[in-house]
Amino acid sequence: MKQHIQTWLKQHAHAFFFSLGQYIKNPINNILTTFVIGISLAFPVGFYVFLNNVQILSSGWDDSIEINLFLDTTIDEEQANVFANRISKRDDVAETILINKDEALAEYKKLSGLSGALDVLDENPFPNVILVKPVFVDIDEYKTTKLINELEVMPEIDDVQYDNTWIKRLIHIIDIVKLVTFILSVLLAIAVLLIVGNTIRLSIYSYRHEIEITKLFGGTDSFIQRPFLYSGMWYGIFGSVIAWFLIAGSIQILSGPIENLSNLYAGDFQLVGLGVINTLYLFGIGVLLGLLGSWASVKRYLYAIEAK
Amino acid sequence: MIQFANVFMAYPSGNKALQNINLNIDKGEMVYVSGRSGAGKSTLLKLINLIDRHTRGQIIVKGQNLERIKKNRVSIFRRNIGFIFQNHRLLNDRTIFDNVALPLIIAGNNHQEVKRRVQAALDKVDLLSKINSYPMELSGGEQQRIGVARAVVHRPAILLADEPTGNLDPTLSWEMMKLFEQFNQVGVTVLIASHELDMIEHMKKRIIILNKGRITNSTEEPLANLQKIKIEREII
Repeated sequence: MKQHIQTWLKQHAHAFFFSLGQYIKNPINNILTTFVIGISLAFPVGFYVFLNNVQILSSGWDDSIEINLFLDTTIDEEQANVFANRISKRDDVAETILINKDEALAEYKKLSGLSGALDVLDENPFPNVILVKPVFVDIDEYKTTKLINELEVMPEIDDVQYDNTWIKRLIHIIDIVKLVTFILSVLLAIAVLLIVGNTIRLSIYSYRHEIEITKLFGGTDSFIQRPFLYSGMWYGIFGSVIAWFLIAGSIQILSGPIENLSNLYAGDFQLVGLGVINTLYLFGIGVLLGLLGSWASVKRYLYAIEAK
Repeated sequence: MIQFANVFMAYPSGNKALQNINLNIDKGEMVYVSGRSGAGKSTLLKLINLIDRHTRGQIIVKGQNLERIKKNRVSIFRRNIGFIFQNHRLLNDRTIFDNVALPLIIAGNNHQEVKRRVQAALDKVDLLSKINSYPMELSGGEQQRIGVARAVVHRPAILLADEPTGNLDPTLSWEMMKLFEQFNQVGVTVLIASHELDMIEHMKKRIIILNKGRITNSTEEPLANLQKIKIEREII
């Protein structure tokens, strides 16, 4: 058993270094192929980085989401206070602020400059108002709509105002970008599979004579396929390296202008790159696609070659 | 070591390559198979190495019934056999070391063992000095000897050679046959397909004559029957 494992490891080590040697031996073709794979990987990953940055940026806007509850005019201040406390205990509400009708009138007088005209009114026309801040970490249209619908049916509330048009637009744009990224990722993953598969197919044909000889001297299918699978892996690894540099370079180029733009809006937003975890994901996906592409080619073409 | 019992082999086209072959080759024996082109010499060797499969009868090699060897076990079975081709079939983009080392790497030997055995095999064929050369830098005779070194480096129980002297001049052919004899003397069972009856008759070994896929003559004492075989060959 130990001998068997040792043999297996030796053969893997041989295929590992042999495939790397073959990659280095033919640099021009392999580098061109790897660049195509790298660009194919960089597009969806670049979109992912873009989305990640948009979400980081928009997470700061969640604090500005505010729902105004105009209470029925029959509700007095004490009842409004109790009602505000009741609403603040909901799981989806972070905070409530009660603005009583006197405060509302005073603020309106101050802002409108109609102080004299309002003084002639017999009674205060403003209702008590409760400002509700939802608890959501991210902008979530479904949760926001659900909260509003539940508030609207409460008898104490006369009207609910929530200006969500711009948030709705933003959410839809983000959703579309997410979908485009997904479709692009699938298409480019297929492209990587086809590129690797075709490269390995050509490689199998160019090694046809060697494969036949190896089979004649007792080489198993596993033994013969190993260098091709490792070649697929190398394409995935080196393609991921190129994708990483393309993304890192793009972030480097864009970070300055975006920082300047952010400063104009008194913000301190900075572009976020791939990070360690996402870099590992990139390499994992690159290797997986490389292996899958080569495996498909090996299954299709290698096994058809027989010793002669 | 090798037994054929009522063996038939036909290609999918219907062409009968071998018909009713009965043959027994003992362990450590050296046998020549001769006959005209298309007589079935190469097919006979290919059946032993499982390159082709027989369509009827029974072949037993090293105690294994070839019919029962499944496709995924063929490669393991082939490690018992060394095969030499007329056209060498060396890998031109690899050094002589890499070419000869191939069967050892397939078997999973460690680097030291591979190096030692490759050197020994090349020394045996007198080409150790060419260890770092490429096949194209060698003459036809040298390439054939490299093919022999590759075939024996993993110490196979059986050595099959298909027209190994087909591209060599008479002197080199004779040297090649002597080389096979040396391997046979250390216990390797050797089966050589060759149409050069004039040469193999001098090797004093059993000769099997094939004609149109059938064994037409086989002798344990080639010298005694030589004249008869030669006459038959003329008739063929």
